[in-house]
Amino acid sequence: MGFFDIWFVTPFTEILSAPIFFAEVVLGGLMTGVMYSMVALGFVLIFKASGVFNFSQGIMVLFAALTLVGQMERGVPVWVALPVTVAVMVALAYGIERLVLRPLVNQAPLTLLMATIGLTFFLEGFGELLWGSNVKRLDLGIPDDSFDFAGMLLNEFELFAALTAAVLVALLAVLSQKTAIGRALRAVADDHQAATAVGIPLQTIWVTVWSVAGLVALVAGIMWGSKSGVQFSLSLIALKALPVLILGGITSIPGAIVGGLIIGVGEKIGEVYWGPAFGGAIENWFAYVLAMVVLFFRPHGLFGEEIIERV
Amino acid sequence: MLYRETGQFKTSYRRDQAIFPIAQDRWCVALVLVAAYGVVPALANEYWLQAVLIPFLIYALAAIGLNLLTGYTGQLSLGTGGFMAVGAYTAYKLTTAMPDLNIVIVFLFAGIVAAAVGLVFGLPSLRIKGLYLAVTTLAAQFFLVWLFNRVAWFYNYNPSGTITAPPRTLMGIMVTGPEATAAVRYLVVLSFVVFFALIAKNLVRSEIGRTWMAIRDMDVAAEIIGIRPLTTKLSAFAVSSFYCGIAGALMLFVYLGSVETLAFDINVSFEVLFMVIIGGLGSILGSIIGAAFITILPIFLTNAPHLVGLEMRVDLAKEIELIIFGGFIIAFLILEPRGLARLWQIGKEKLRRWPFPY
Repeated sequence: MGFFDIWFVTPFTEILSAPIFFAEVVLGGLMTGVMYSMVALGFVLIFKASGVFNFSQGIMVLFAALTLVGQMERGVPVWVALPVTVAVMVALAYGIERLVLRPLVNQAPLTLLMATIGLTFFLEGFGELLWGSNVKRLDLGIPDDSFDFAGMLLNEFELFAALTAAVLVALLAVLSQKTAIGRALRAVADDHQAATAVGIPLQTIWVTVWSVAGLVALVAGIMWGSKSGVQFSLSLIALKALPVLILGGITSIPGAIVGGLIIGVGEKIGEVYWGPAFGGAIENWFAYVLAMVVLFFRPHGLFGEEIIERV
Repeated sequence: MLYRETGQFKTSYRRDQAIFPIAQDRWCVALVLVAAYGVVPALANEYWLQAVLIPFLIYALAAIGLNLLTGYTGQLSLGTGGFMAVGAYTAYKLTTAMPDLNIVIVFLFAGIVAAAVGLVFGLPSLRIKGLYLAVTTLAAQFFLVWLFNRVAWFYNYNPSGTITAPPRTLMGIMVTGPEATAAVRYLVVLSFVVFFALIAKNLVRSEIGRTWMAIRDMDVAAEIIGIRPLTTKLSAFAVSSFYCGIAGALMLFVYLGSVETLAFDINVSFEVLFMVIIGGLGSILGSIIGAAFITILPIFLTNAPHLVGLEMRVDLAKEIELIIFGGFIIAFLILEPRGLARLWQIGKEKLRRWPFPY
């Protein structure tokens, strides 16, 4: 098979000859994309409100899932464990604000990024110290069977994840558009100084937004944990969320969703149809290259705010 | 009293623009060099050389490279590990294809190839800035590592997929491979670091360094006063990758001896970035101090419980190590966000006025 064939002919003939399978691949990609979006959402929330690129979002996902699973392993029922985990995430947000963010206010973004990487190490050690480092199974009774829909094989679990994400985004939208806290959050995201000037307590807002990000992390942690077990590699999905994030634009919630869907679908299609041309296993870098190509045309992501630079 | 410039008159421009204009600084540097070349190899044992000093020096070289890019030019990069891998694999391919080639030339060529690759992955920096750029450099990291893993040509179709540094001599002395003594390997790395640190120091004092800093401080303004972003940013990427490439080649040939791509994964990129930030952005000395700190801290944390006679489970020790490491980094950033180099500077200022501060 020639070079031209494997790149430009075979993938398209495969797509055209099996449209149902193609639709299945696209749907599968969309579902995975939703999972990426849930992690990316946490990043966006924190970045918008505090200008911190929170690298520890991935480990927060793991930490939340670990806290939940760890309790359940010790026989605590779900309806107790879940509120406790929520409380732990809020306490964590409070601690982070108090011990990390407040002393570092007004520092360069890079310094804050580094601090969150330090936080990543800390939480990784802390989580494993508390709950152990073995792989844990998380089973909340989410259905996980395949079913047939218009000739396509779909997975109930992925459908459930997509629904959860939709509910989550709707809740976040209501929170940010309809409540007083949401208005304050948007004000802080817009302009820190102006927000403090009209009497919005910055510190409370930060605690709130980190708590919300912690809850989003918990939802993402439950989803990923049910899918692939609660283990350290869960924190690596943060790296997968990065291209999603920049593709959509760091400051945009819709961007995180659309970015996640694009990356999810692109990755699946790339792997299934163009993977053979590369010799397989292109998932590791494909998302980044895809994001890079998009950024060439839109340097602030698809939905990101354009930064106007003045001298 | 001990350290002040009073009475040291500079009577020519050359003297005024010397790297170390103050006599005490010159003595200090000379002393450190004498100690590093003469005393350390004589005193340090195999363990210290192999497990502490050699990795420290190699990371110092990589940190200097990243600091040129991130600290001086303001382009955040997370692709350091990938560029180091380019250096290592180039050196390996070159020296296995041409066994008679001088090993120093092999290392330099590895740096040049890494620079070329860095140039390509630096291209997005012309349009993409800040955190967006950082994530695109991750593309370099993952793509390069994947490439070296996937294409068997890079590891000479070796079934295990690892590359092993063949024994090579320099002026009749074995410098790489299992036969070379730790002291010799230490001296080789040390010479590379000293030489390239000096070059870096001079680069940032010269015109190219000033254009880098202008781009870092405000690229729009720099462009308006006639600095070309294209050449400036790309030259920074190239020089930085050159340093990383040499560091990667040294990592394979002098430190580890035999590596898989795992040795150059994303954690290496983060580690080097840590060194640069903890050491101090925009400081060559800071890169070296930062490398020392980040290399030695985990070793210290691993050994500290044994020193005080405390025994604990291995995984518990590792978890506590992570907690302390993370805590240290946060504490450091809070206490001195501008890095260890800044502390050093403050110390020097204090010393100037000692013992009569005003």
